[in-house]
Formats: sequence, structure tokens, C-alpha cells
Amino acid sequence: MTSIATAGASVTEQHAAIAGARPWQRLVLLAVGLLVALGLPWFVYPPVAMDIAAWALFAVALDLLLGYCGLLSFGHAAFWGGSAYATGLIAIHLGVPFPLAVLGGAVFAMILAVPIGYLSVKRSGIYFAMVTLAFAQMLFFIANQASSLTGGENGLQGVPRSFFGIEAVETDAFFFYYAALPIILLGMWAAWRIVHSPFGRVLVAIRDNAPRARALGYDVERYKLIVFVLSAGLSGLAGGVFAVSHGFVALPELHWTTSGEVVLMTVLGGIGTLWGGVIGAGLIVMLADYLASSGFDGIGIVTGGVFVTVVLLFRRGIWGTARHLWLNRKRS
Amino acid sequence: MNAVLQYTVQGLAAGSFYALAALGLAVIFGVLGVVNFAHGAFYMLGAVAAAVLLDTVGMSLWLALIVVPVLMLVFGMLVERLLVRWLLPLDPLYNLLLTFGLTLLLVDLVKRRYGVSGLPYDRPDALDGRVQVAGIGLPVYQLFVIGVALLVCLGVWLLMTRTRVGMIVRAATERPELAGALGINVGRWVTPVFGFGVALAGLAGVLAAPFRAITAEMGSDFIIILFAVVVIGGLGSIVGAVVGGFLVGLVEAFGQAYAPTFAQVLIFVLMAVVVLARPAGLFGREEATA
Repeated sequence: MTSIATAGASVTEQHAAIAGARPWQRLVLLAVGLLVALGLPWFVYPPVAMDIAAWALFAVALDLLLGYCGLLSFGHAAFWGGSAYATGLIAIHLGVPFPLAVLGGAVFAMILAVPIGYLSVKRSGIYFAMVTLAFAQMLFFIANQASSLTGGENGLQGVPRSFFGIEAVETDAFFFYYAALPIILLGMWAAWRIVHSPFGRVLVAIRDNAPRARALGYDVERYKLIVFVLSAGLSGLAGGVFAVSHGFVALPELHWTTSGEVVLMTVLGGIGTLWGGVIGAGLIVMLADYLASSGFDGIGIVTGGVFVTVVLLFRRGIWGTARHLWLNRKRS
Repeated sequence: MNAVLQYTVQGLAAGSFYALAALGLAVIFGVLGVVNFAHGAFYMLGAVAAAVLLDTVGMSLWLALIVVPVLMLVFGMLVERLLVRWLLPLDPLYNLLLTFGLTLLLVDLVKRRYGVSGLPYDRPDALDGRVQVAGIGLPVYQLFVIGVALLVCLGVWLLMTRTRVGMIVRAATERPELAGALGINVGRWVTPVFGFGVALAGLAGVLAAPFRAITAEMGSDFIIILFAVVVIGGLGSIVGAVVGGFLVGLVEAFGQAYAPTFAQVLIFVLMAVVVLARPAGLFGREEATA
């Protein structure tokens, strides 16, 4: 049975991609990525650009867990939505500049991830997916019940966007994008750092052969818990930015469909590639935006169809396929 | 005492839907190793099909209880043949993803066709009202649901333990390689078993039609609770699915009665306790970490 993270790309291919890519190739990729990130609000409606950036970080955070540790979390909405609420509440009640509120939200998500992760990493594979899903849904119900705090089904209204009194950022989505982008890029850099650290190599070892990693003396459950909490923190950064950008937090941010959506983005882009999550997020957010503006109310028909097609036919995802072709071209 | 009996009946009735659907989930997982995310959507389709058949051809609930599961059996077999089959040799997570996509697709298709407001369903007169048991009025329909669920669970149990088909399916569930080595064509049973599991979800849906609001979204909370049920009972355990289903139904009913704020959360607390104390579930066998 092939594991989910390695079925798309062979293990050797992944190693080649992690270690073997030439420095100049990486730099070109990085430069292109940065240019796209900086130029995005010139080409798409700035709030949509912000959505793309936030979802991209969310997908990268999920890929950190799925692609590099082999754990499919179907409950990451808990951290995205949990941080969105925490960020919103901090911004409303303390009135601090939004980056601080977002940071607070991310810390909240990490605190939340400790008990959920502790219980979830006891199981792997399909069980892990189901347990995370159920715990995230528990949070959804709690948020729905605690309506005096969260606004229940009406959502949390009036999240301010305060930023050191700089009016352009506080009122204009275009400038807000550039104020929030460093947070997103910081999160992505952290994910990249984690993957390319000795810690990241241990994660891959656990993913590929947990009993062997255990025999080598690594505390597998502890590593899984740590990466779970880190992934939750990055999801929290993304969710916090999303909440501030929209100015309110809706209950569905905590629903399992949100968890599913980010899984879709990651799988579409390519599991275990980091870049893939960015591409998947960009495509899905723009697709959803296009469908919504054209008045088509069955987004699930399209995203569900895409999901089924990708899982059946393109398990490497977009980035994974591109990388596969690139590497094979070099070999032949 | 009066109230306790009422809540018990209410809980067992709610648990009947969970038990029937979880039974289907367990059978599918047992033989195919697939966790069917679309199980909630299939439950919803069962209810919608019953409502549409009542509306268009005036099909009674009694007939729908037979016809809809048969339709769902065929539909499930098609889904297995056309989609699920291709991913069976891979990591089971791929089929979780596939059936997740299928769920989005089915829910929004139904939403577009039948709207979001919900379809009406009048229960037959014979099942309406209350019956006096020891001086306590109990809703007839809830008792009927419990009766059907118990009957079906008993039927499945007899099928599994007393017939050749059941023996083969159990052998294929517990030791697929050994069953294959003994000359049993395990692959032959994959499609019908998937269809059978889907039919059970459809049956739960038909039973829920006169009892719950029939909307495209009715399966979306249901599937999460169903996952909690099988985690509690032990994934792949048939007894665990049934016991877990009724247990969760009871927790839900008593929770709603005595602690309405925490009713839905209680189920997940129960799940957390089970995961902590017995990671494999109440009736699950310890498995090697995959």
C-alpha cells in the first residue's frame, strides 16, 4: 500500500526535489513567487488577493502536516477559524494593531492544538483524519453555542483593522494587502525552514517508516505533536489575517467544509510540495470568486468535481506533475 | 421515571439512524478498507428519494422502505464500479478524499434541484400519534423506527453469522489474504458489499424522512456524528457500530434534556474519553499502526 504522501511522487523524486534542485533554480522560483505576491492586488480585486494569500498559507500549513508527516488532518478549520475568532476578539476588545491581534490568534490556535493533537496523534492514517474532523466539529458546536462571545450564527461583527493610525491601510484593501503580506510570507518562510531543517528530515523519516524511526530512538508521537502544533500556528496566522481582512468572522470558518476546502487546495496543488498549496489556493479562490460573481450557486458541484477528478487522475497535483516532468526531462 | 423513559425512547430512535448508517459504514470499511465520507450524503439521498417518490408517484412510506434501499444499492454499486474501485490499491485516504468530493457534488446537486428550504413528508396515519405504555404516552413513530432498526441489525447479524455469504464477508474482512489463499474470490464481494452499505445509509434516510427536516444539508452533521460513532465503537466492528450508534443517540437525547448547551459537545467528549482509554474503540481490535 502506497502512503498518501508518496503515491504521487516517488520518494527518491521528493528527495531530489528537496536536496537536488540547483540554487539558481530555487532563486528564480522564489523571485517569481515574490513578484506574483507583490503584484497580485494590481491584477485581481485586492480583497480577493488577500483571500488568496491567506488560503495559500493555510494550504502550506496543512501540507506541512500532510506532505511531510503523512498525517491528513480533516480538522484544520479548528485552527483557522479558532484563530479568526481569537484575532477578532482581541482586535475588538483590546484595539491593538492587527498584526498583534493575528499573532494572538495564532498563539490561541497553537494552544488549542495541544490537546487536540495529543489525542489525535495516538492514531494515524484514516483514524487521524476522522478524529481531527470530529474535534474540529466539536469546536464548531461550542462556537455556535457561545453566541454571547462569538455572535453565534450571525458571526463576529465589526473586527477593526487598526494599524498604527495609518489610514490608508485601515480603510483601503489595496494597502492593507501590503501591510498583511509580510505576515503571510513570514509564515511561508517558517514552513520552508521547518521542512528543510533536521527536524523536517526526521518528519519525513517518520512518514516513510514510523517503526524504523521509533527504533532509531525518535519519539514519534512527540514529533507528530510538535508538527501538528506548528501547522496549527501557521493556519492560525492565515485565519487571523483572513478575519481582519474581512472585518468579521463567520461561523462556517469553523465548519468541516472549510477543513475540506484546504485539503482540496493542497491536493490540487500537489501534496508534499509546499508550492503546490499556493497554486491550489490561488486557483480555488479565483474559481470560487468567478462562480460567485457569475451567479452560479452550486460551487460544490465544481469543486467536488475537481476533487474527484484530481484524486482519480492527477494524484501528484499540479505542482507535483510539473516537478515530475521537469525531473524526468533531466534524467533522460 | 416518566421523563427518563421518554428520553430513552427518543435517544434510541435517534440512535437507530446512527446504528443503521454506521452498520453500513462498518461493513464497507471491513471489506474494502474505505471510510466512506459520502455516507451522510447517501443518507440524505435516501430521505430525498423517499420525499420525491411520495410527491411524484404517491409512494407510501412502507413501499419506500423497500424501494429506496434497492435504488441506493444499485447507485452504490455504480459508485464503487466507476469511482471507488480505482483507488482501492492505494492509501485508504485517497478514497476518503474521493468520497469527500462526491459529498460536495451530491449535496450541491440536490440543493440546486430541490432548493434549501426542505421537502415535506407526512408520516402515515398508522404511525402518527402516541401509544400508552405503562401510563406514559410514547410517540408511535419513534417506537417504529427503533423496531425497524433492531430488526435490520438482527437481520444483518444473522446474515453475517449464519449464512455462507456472511462467512465469506467476515473472512474477507478479518483475514483477506488468508481468505484469498483458501480460494475465496474476495474481489467479487467488493461491489455488492459497498452497495449494501450504501443501501443501509439510504434506509436510515427513508426512516428519517418523516422525522427530520429533509434538506440537502441533513447529512452534513450526520456524517460527523457517524464518524464519532465508529471511532467510539471501533472502526470496522459491526457490533461496535450498532452499540456505538445507540449509545450516541442516548447521549444526545439525555444531553438535550438535561444540558442542552452541551448536548452536541458531549458526544465528542465521549469520543475523546474512548480515544484516550481505548484507542481502538470499544469493540475494535488493536491494529498495528499503519
